[in-house]
Amino acid sequence: MLERALSGSAAYKRLLGGLFILMGLGFAAYLTQWEHGLMITGMGRDVSWGLYISQFTFLVGVAASAVMVVLPYYIHDVKAFGRITILGEFLAIASVIMCVTFVLVDLGKPMRVLNVLLYPTFNSMLFWDVVVLNGYLLLNIFIGWNVLEAERKGTHYKKWVKTLIYISIPWAVSIHTVTAFLIAGLPAREYWLTAIMAARFLASAFCSGPALLILLALIVRKYTKFDAGQEAINKLLTIVTYAMLISVFFVILEVFTAFYSNIPGHMTALKYLFVGVDGKHALVPFMWMFVILAIAGVALLLHPNVRKNEKLLIAACCCVFFSMYLDKGVGLIIGGFIPNMYGQIHQYVPTLPELMIVAGVWATGFFVLTVLYKIAVSVKEEVRG
Amino acid sequence: MDTSRRDFLKIGGLCALGLSSVEVAEAFAKSQASKYLTNPKAGAAKRWAMAIDVKKCWKAEKKECKDCILACDWAHNVPDIPVKRQEVKWLWNEKYENAFPDQESELEPVEVKEKPFLVLCNQCAHAPCVRVCPTQATFKNDQGITMMDMHRCIGCRYCMAACPYGARSFNWRDPRPYITKINPDYPTRDRGVVEKCDFCVERLAVGKIPACVEACKSKALIFGDLDDPNSDLRKALASRYSIRRKPELGTMPGVYYLM
Ligand code: SF4
Ligand code: SF4
Repeated sequence: MLERALSGSAAYKRLLGGLFILMGLGFAAYLTQWEHGLMITGMGRDVSWGLYISQFTFLVGVAASAVMVVLPYYIHDVKAFGRITILGEFLAIASVIMCVTFVLVDLGKPMRVLNVLLYPTFNSMLFWDVVVLNGYLLLNIFIGWNVLEAERKGTHYKKWVKTLIYISIPWAVSIHTVTAFLIAGLPAREYWLTAIMAARFLASAFCSGPALLILLALIVRKYTKFDAGQEAINKLLTIVTYAMLISVFFVILEVFTAFYSNIPGHMTALKYLFVGVDGKHALVPFMWMFVILAIAGVALLLHPNVRKNEKLLIAACCCVFFSMYLDKGVGLIIGGFIPNMYGQIHQYVPTLPELMIVAGVWATGFFVLTVLYKIAVSVKEEVRG
Repeated sequence: MDTSRRDFLKIGGLCALGLSSVEVAEAFAKSQASKYLTNPKAGAAKRWAMAIDVKKCWKAEKKECKDCILACDWAHNVPDIPVKRQEVKWLWNEKYENAFPDQESELEPVEVKEKPFLVLCNQCAHAPCVRVCPTQATFKNDQGITMMDMHRCIGCRYCMAACPYGARSFNWRDPRPYITKINPDYPTRDRGVVEKCDFCVERLAVGKIPACVEACKSKALIFGDLDDPNSDLRKALASRYSIRRKPELGTMPGVYYLM
């Protein structure tokens, strides 16, 4: 099936070319990092994880898009999801590839990464995260590929594929839970030390992932003959709406607990994120942007016309996606490191090479996604004749 | 030197004969095992720990005495990184409000507010850094010291996120050009790995006390076995009121501050 990725319209090639350039720039920046070490980033002893790891936690969420179509389709037999499922699975593959790459570029000694498997450490959440993420990647590759192949041949996929599909559902939940546990179990990181962290991860995953999936389905519909179906999009939108409301609710819970209890440790990070502390407020504009987008997103999702008007739909999905990005892809990880362990506010500003690497990894993900979608769409177009 | 060279050649020969590397490694381990005897002079303890007599420290003859810090930095080839946010530190001074955040009343004696508190890795009994490390590159030894295997560390910095005391440093850059005077007896580090104070485990192994304890002319650093009720350390703790950093986290820090 792979050969379908090699031919395509001029627009397809232009898109791949553009992404390829971004990947090249990212790779060049990574070579500098390889040469000089992580000193070229804005990280330091206080904010020791930066954009790389925060992109990773966010993208783990996006990978959830698959389960939100797989679960209704295979368990509840929601026929409407029949065609969009493959888009979800392929989006999951691309997201997990980005996740893994972000973890790799964050390592000080990337060539030693196999030590994680050579010395399996069951008490380390990072060990488990490596296991569940790679497992999820393999599951989605197997499932997506086999289902598509079967469709191309006009047959039904094999029985064992169905077993894998069932396994993939709780597995998707595990990738969020383990990633949340990664940060929620650290004794002195008060911003992260919250029992609803895993729930927050799941809720925000189940709105940002499907929101992106809707946007992608619309793009695919516009540029190809493949239509995932309005009904599937509408159903997904319902999921996005509920998940978004729950996400916003969870954020309010955090704010309440911190401020009503009035415990300084719990309040400082939130204060830093939303108003700034000691005249330091690098993240304040991003966090208010998050609030505005989240409110706008909720308002649009609840608007009665959102299902009829495509512009409204696109706006709603963009608001949801970017608000969740700001909350999880920027604020959550960096906020956990501020204040530092000495009660000081040391800010983090990513450097240009760091941003280039981030852009490069995103481009890689979208490159993979474009190729996979191209294959899927070609197969679907062929089958339909 | 000669014997080990011969051993090496022999093993090389075995390899050439086509034995699997595992067998060779086992043979090597067997022939070496007997050679790893502990130094009879080596210090023994169930749990090494330290008490810092802050009063004595503040009364040091020299103004702004840094003897312990300099001794440590030299003993371990700690680099002097010019970029503050990416510094490497093993033992250093912090103010009370920073060493003990959220505990200050702001009405403490000026002395407490202004004078330095030495901070270092607490060699926690329940060390979060050890709990999270995905490769066991950081681990506890049998004398209660939290150790680092710099050859295994992958540089994920999970341990830095987990340590509640900011005691760990990552080598953001190659540290070697920033070492003012190299101590040939201690390895320098490569970039990309984490490091921290290890209570001079290499000195303990040959019966010496930690470099900082030895360097302190005011005898402000008391080092000993926390599990031995007759140690000087335990006696000091029994006679003076002491505090530890963030004890509420359950890490059981092994560094005490005698007030
Ligand atoms: S002080 Fe930090 S580095 Fe040292 S043992 Fe405790 S948690 Fe680990
Ligand atoms: S940076 Fe090294 S010591 Fe720290 S958690 Fe990662 S592998 Fe373990």
